[in-house]
Amino acid sequence: MKHLYFAAGFLGATAAWADTPELTVYTYDSFVSDWGPGPQVEEAFEAVCNCDLNLVGIEDGAALLARIKLEGASSDADVVLGLDTNLVTAAKETGLFAEHSVSADYDLPIDWADPVFVPYDWGYFAFVHNADMAAPESLKALADSDTKILIQDPRSSTPGLGLLMWVKAAYGDEAPAIWEGLADNVVTVTKGWSEAYGLFLEGEADMVLSYTTSPAYHLIAEEDDSKAAAPFAEGHYMQVEVAGKLAGSDQPELADQFLQFMVTDAFQSIIPTTNWMYPAVTAEGGLPDGFDTLVTPAKSLLLSPDEAAAARDGALAEWLDALSQ
Amino acid sequence: MAGRAQPVSAWPGIGAAGFLALLILGTLLAVALRAEAGSGLGRADWAAIRFTLIQATLSGMFSVLLAIPVARALARRRFTGRRVLIALLGVPFILPVIIAVLGLLEVFGRAGWVSTGLGALGFDPIRVYGLHGVVLAHVFLNLPLATRLILQGWQEVPAERFRLAAQLGCDGRAMFWLIEWPMLRRILPGCFAVVFAICLTSFAVALTLGGGPKATTIELAIYQAFRFDFDLGRAALLSVVQLVLTIIAAALALWLSTGTGFGKGLDREVRRWDGATGFARACDGAWIAAAALFLMMPLAAIVLSGLPRFIALPPAVWMAAITSLLVAGMSTVLLLSLALPMAFAIARGGRGIVELAGLLGLAASPLVIGTGLFIVIRSVQADPFALALPVTALVNAIMALPFALRILVPSARDVVERYGKMGLSLRMSGAPFVRLVLLPRMRAQIGFAAGLAMALSMGDLGVITLFADPDIATLPLQIYRLMGAYRLDDAAAASLLLLVLSIGVFWVLDRGGRRHAEA
Repeated sequence: MKHLYFAAGFLGATAAWADTPELTVYTYDSFVSDWGPGPQVEEAFEAVCNCDLNLVGIEDGAALLARIKLEGASSDADVVLGLDTNLVTAAKETGLFAEHSVSADYDLPIDWADPVFVPYDWGYFAFVHNADMAAPESLKALADSDTKILIQDPRSSTPGLGLLMWVKAAYGDEAPAIWEGLADNVVTVTKGWSEAYGLFLEGEADMVLSYTTSPAYHLIAEEDDSKAAAPFAEGHYMQVEVAGKLAGSDQPELADQFLQFMVTDAFQSIIPTTNWMYPAVTAEGGLPDGFDTLVTPAKSLLLSPDEAAAARDGALAEWLDALSQ
Repeated sequence: MAGRAQPVSAWPGIGAAGFLALLILGTLLAVALRAEAGSGLGRADWAAIRFTLIQATLSGMFSVLLAIPVARALARRRFTGRRVLIALLGVPFILPVIIAVLGLLEVFGRAGWVSTGLGALGFDPIRVYGLHGVVLAHVFLNLPLATRLILQGWQEVPAERFRLAAQLGCDGRAMFWLIEWPMLRRILPGCFAVVFAICLTSFAVALTLGGGPKATTIELAIYQAFRFDFDLGRAALLSVVQLVLTIIAAALALWLSTGTGFGKGLDREVRRWDGATGFARACDGAWIAAAALFLMMPLAAIVLSGLPRFIALPPAVWMAAITSLLVAGMSTVLLLSLALPMAFAIARGGRGIVELAGLLGLAASPLVIGTGLFIVIRSVQADPFALALPVTALVNAIMALPFALRILVPSARDVVERYGKMGLSLRMSGAPFVRLVLLPRMRAQIGFAAGLAMALSMGDLGVITLFADPDIATLPLQIYRLMGAYRLDDAAAASLLLLVLSIGVFWVLDRGGRRHAEA
């Protein structure tokens, strides 16, 4: 394909072609995949920006940040999309990000006023199970039960780290006791979300760590209402996914334009049924049918980026201790 | 040996080995130089090293020990479908790990076929997660390779030896001690070293089957150093540990691998007169059946889950399949152009260093090589994304090199020993010797190595994720993307496609190599 573009460039070179500015956005791989939001977002933004949107997919959020650190100030990226609050402080510490100029009326369960990062979607972590099962009603009850669960490794997976923060946010210093209780529930720990979810669908465990929005996929895309997310009494930890502009961008205006576009209906309406998360700003027509059936946690838990960064290493040590017994 | 005139030059091989060492050590250095002051190895890292050593040793041991009777049975018996069976037995080895794990657990997991069967009979389900699960998975993945390598050892024993032994009235036992045991002593250490090295860099398989962070391997620690702590220094250090462990294992293997082979025969078809008793036949049959069942059940699980959506696979998956074939083809060409000169250099004798360089490819962490290459490519101002496919092909070739050498070296050695003097006396050396004598005589091995390399490259996710261009996806990457988008049914169908393609390319190249030979 590339060659065709080059050929087109040489043969039919016009001033307009050559001058089309390019905006490079680094994001995680599932965003750019044919089944993610990427293709639609690219089309929608290119329709208004008179530019070429170049989406680059790099594994997951943690890999994305590692890549930005590796490339440093000479990065080709103009925008990074796909970090979450657990990574925000580390991202800011690189000094590679610039403040944004976006204003929006967010539909988040929490207040958001970060000068550097703009949220584009969010969700609640939850344990997903087959709807016909009587699920435990809290983390504590789960720890005391003999319900079998699949979780992801916090060292290699975003949801895995999310669960660490969930237990920490709900139980603070008593987190190790909860983990000790959970240890015998854990069937196994996988590298990433896909392995765990795949094993759950094969029936390897009663529940899998995922999102409250997961049943929406099965309901909307597969017309299958056999999956449910268990509401937990302690509340549910949130994942807020954000994007930010790099200070070294050679297209700062275009980057601003993209971030502002990100919180408009054109972008936000794509999110629910491609990324299977809640949009940061609900689009005009509301959420797609099926999202109304999802559980709404009584309480939203979220450590601030600084708290999350401070808690991370200690929480990991507690987790390793409890599960390595 | 060193001073003797030789029909092939060692220099191209030494050059290839040098290139390889430069690439692996250079990328490692690139990562280390990019590191800021980080921490050294912590307690958790040492635990990871310990666990890695234990699981890799056990996995290597069991894979090799179980492969001996299977390979022996396959070497002694001729039956319809034997070739197909041998080809199919090789499949687990070339599967992407995520698919292999899902297939394996569909059979041996808590809700798997075995547990369900046991449950129906009133027994408890088997507990697969733990160190034994890690070893089980690694044996599943590596038994085929070990079997093929050992089987090859059997096939390289000249038919005349068996004929003579039969004429002298050797029974199974005598045959074993006189012919088979010396052959095994030569083959087994290297075979163990290869499986050990593969298991050394295991990550997702070990973690999932190990049941939790107890099963943290060095590769996971490297991943953590990169992604979680962004401590490139520690990542490089851990990678060095991996390399050193592999080098020690390889050196031990070279040292233990004694004996000089059986010399030459007349290339007659191998016929066996031993093992004709009913008991021996039953034993061989049982081993073949057990191995086939163990290796085929998870494959059957993969096929069954893939079938329903196979027809409806989206075009993006077919595109990815074409890309993968392209990458795998490139990779195979690269592999042969590295492996053949190296095999020739080793065949001249006394080139342990070249052999060692070949093994480095296994021990190197893909993450470290990939990241190192990324740093190097960026530092020379090239566009990493434009190079995504060639780089993926190159890294895949390096990963397949150790296997290719195991396959090519014994036969290169035999040909050089057997025809070298004749070649020299005809003043035929260098390129004509390679073209007219070496390559034609090594066709079967070249076909096998090429088939294995291409299939491996098809199934390997490799470093494409580090260089991913949104417009280009390989089939394994597309499978991961489908899974990430909840489309596990489509992912299963795409896995089946990958399975079929991998078997296909392997079959074509392997058969092409031995068109007139007996397998």
